[in-house]
Amino acid sequence: MAAPRPVGQPTAPAAPPPAEGFAGGGADRRPPLVLLVPACAAALFALLPLGYLAVRALERGPAFAWEVVADERTLDLLGRSLGLTAVVVAACVILGVSLAWLTVRTALPGARAWSVAATLPLAVPSYVAAFTWLSAEPDLAGFGGAALALTLVSFPYVQLPVAAALRGIDPAQEEAARSLGHGPLRTFLRVTLPQLRPAAGGGALLVALYVLSDFGAVSLMRYDTFTRAIHTSYRASFDRTPAAALSVVLVVMTVALVAAEARTRGRAGHARTGGGTARPAAPVPLGRWKPLALLWCGAVVAVAVAFPLGTLGYWLTVGSSATWDLGGLTETAWATLGVAAAGAALTTALALPVGVIAARHKGRGARLLEQAAYAGHALPGITVALSLVFFAVRYAYPLYQRLPLLVGAYAVLFLPIAVAATRAAVLQAPPVLEDVARSLGRRPWQVLREVTLPLAAPGVAAGAALTFVVCMKELPATLLLRPTGMDTLATRLWTETGAGSFAAAAPYAAALILLAAVPSYLLGRHRT
Amino acid sequence: MRRPLAGRITALLAAGLLLPVLAACGSDDDDNNGSGSADGGDAALVIYSGRNEKLVKPILDKLEKAVGAEVEVRYGDSAELAAQILEEGDRTKAGLFFSQDAGALGALSQEGMLAKLPQTTLDKVDQAYRSGEGDWVGLSGRVRVIAYNPDQVAADEVPDSVHDVVKPEWKDKVGFAPTNASFQAFVTGMRVLEGDDATRKWLEDLKANGAKTYAHNLATLDAVEAGEVSLGLVNHYYWYERVAEKGEDKLDSKLHFLPGKDPGALINVAGAGILADNGEQRATAQKAVDYLLSEEAQTYFADTTKEYPLAAGVTSTVEGLPPFESLESPDIDLGKLESLQETLAMLQDVGLV
Repeated sequence: MAAPRPVGQPTAPAAPPPAEGFAGGGADRRPPLVLLVPACAAALFALLPLGYLAVRALERGPAFAWEVVADERTLDLLGRSLGLTAVVVAACVILGVSLAWLTVRTALPGARAWSVAATLPLAVPSYVAAFTWLSAEPDLAGFGGAALALTLVSFPYVQLPVAAALRGIDPAQEEAARSLGHGPLRTFLRVTLPQLRPAAGGGALLVALYVLSDFGAVSLMRYDTFTRAIHTSYRASFDRTPAAALSVVLVVMTVALVAAEARTRGRAGHARTGGGTARPAAPVPLGRWKPLALLWCGAVVAVAVAFPLGTLGYWLTVGSSATWDLGGLTETAWATLGVAAAGAALTTALALPVGVIAARHKGRGARLLEQAAYAGHALPGITVALSLVFFAVRYAYPLYQRLPLLVGAYAVLFLPIAVAATRAAVLQAPPVLEDVARSLGRRPWQVLREVTLPLAAPGVAAGAALTFVVCMKELPATLLLRPTGMDTLATRLWTETGAGSFAAAAPYAAALILLAAVPSYLLGRHRT
Repeated sequence: MRRPLAGRITALLAAGLLLPVLAACGSDDDDNNGSGSADGGDAALVIYSGRNEKLVKPILDKLEKAVGAEVEVRYGDSAELAAQILEEGDRTKAGLFFSQDAGALGALSQEGMLAKLPQTTLDKVDQAYRSGEGDWVGLSGRVRVIAYNPDQVAADEVPDSVHDVVKPEWKDKVGFAPTNASFQAFVTGMRVLEGDDATRKWLEDLKANGAKTYAHNLATLDAVEAGEVSLGLVNHYYWYERVAEKGEDKLDSKLHFLPGKDPGALINVAGAGILADNGEQRATAQKAVDYLLSEEAQTYFADTTKEYPLAAGVTSTVEGLPPFESLESPDIDLGKLESLQETLAMLQDVGLV
């Protein structure tokens, strides 16, 4: 669905971005209370794990915590985690930007189908990807295998926002650049790319945080990172203090990453007032590059989608432990859809005020809120889960091991995904319309309801769909916080593979991927 | 306008964050007064099971009938469930913790979270396989063995001691799972038996000898099956489960049970303990433990999970499994395997985990 196209003066082509964000927008205005209060509540909620980590890390005094953190092994883990993150992020940016550009802006045959196929890897849990690769090629274990598996499941985090941004860019700017004598490459580098930077940067940030928090792939690939060390620490000593101290380091890394991403955003605000040229950009002819472009798309889809599905198919047909308990499968699938939908709804609701403030208000306060929302995202699921056990047992005991708490855990874990989507969507809505509404005497909540949200709705919905997919795949927090007796496809998968029956696990993995593919498919078709 | 806003938000967040933390520090003492039964009424037994659902659900279903009360089972990972119980403290929902290994039970025992078991219950199991404190009991035994690939190693050439696998002739030919709890328990056992220096030396030699690491025992066994490595340090039942799944003739690998009380032949247990803070579940939990030590349940562990039954009077009938009495495992107090933290530090130092 296209956003309602506002009427107004077309902006001058290739106009430089206004110096202070979007001029006239609410940049200097304080966020209204109607946004500020729920945003602070959401941020507080997201900061719960941090409170828990403080309690646990300092349990035996700051000296002990420092001893854990200052160990030379911490530096080693830091290097390994950052190295893996850097490689995966770089690979995801290359894959994501190239696929987005090829499918949105060129005359690639079957562009729409490729764009949908390229989002499907989102539906593959990292542990399933790692397992399928490992079962085919055991020598992949280690850095290379971990980087491969993580890249293949997370490049859509870059591809989706970049594709959306490409569709939103006013082609008149590029045409103007061409008319001024710039070649196509130069135009891409000078005009198009800078406008993609916020989208690519935001996606890259999500990928980075995902890599830092992932346990499944690095564990199967036997590549030691912070997450794996934190797990080992829980497992080996049942001692939560060292695990908490290490987790604090992860939080610090998160904040550094979020801050770094905020810097690369620069002043890029790319809302346009008015319709600009009310037509899509003319597709770039690929000419003799066409076979190469097709090969590139085909190769990515083959390794990221066809390969894991093929391996699962193999297990389904070959393994002797494969049993089709259709009743159980259906019941589990419904339960999974239910909690994932609830998780996506709560996460989106909490993300809305934070995302709007992050898009519309500059300054330290807005940044602080956004950074708070990101705090829990790089933490391993088990850390977030234990923190919610800690808080729920003390302050919300009636909720403990009930659905609301599980849904709350999803919100803490995935808030950044929804915040990023909301922020990007609001950024593309012209702030001047809000000013007009305000000047007509609308109250802040009316402006929000009548102007901002309708304009941002498609992007917010896309964020909700993405959150829905990641909730479906979540494992460690689900294991600890689900109501006793409830199962999701991910926990069934865990149960079956834990007993070594990969064939019995395959139907659950297949169901998970197929169900998660639906919103991924919708995301791929999504047009801003 | 910016500074005040930032300041305001910082203050709000900090206050909100600090309040529960401060309250938590203060409330640890207040909560101790009879909160265990705050839920009230429902006396259903809640079992936190670190043992896989696929393996133990059938016997826990029977247990529900045997104890005559509603039983809810929460499946998870032993270590993560132990961490969860520690985090829940005296408000834990669990009445019984059914653990995959002695270590997780030891951790709860150390924190005083387990209730003492009656002597009649304890006496059903040899004291080598229960808590020295009398607050948990082993239910089934699992032995460390060496799996080998007969295409690459003749049966009589398989080492009789883990000390031999670090010799040059096994360079690049040994597989093991350093993050696996059973492997770590074995290393802890070696430390108790032979001291830290000897154990560290062994680990260093193992690494220097090019031993390959795997995510878990099953992956190690698969590597032996595939001929990726010739020897694998694993637990015995994985092999028997594979035999049950695929048939023995489809398996390439074989098992070697180590003689001479070698540290590599350690017997660890899966066991259960009753949560002390869950008073109203106590009687049912006690019945559940007794049921798990009954002939019916013990026979289940023998036949289905291919472990060794630990209750006196029950023996395994699994074909090809050496009798429990014939195993020459090292004499070790399983309660002493609690010093896992030092083992982990050592494994980290050596660079294996």
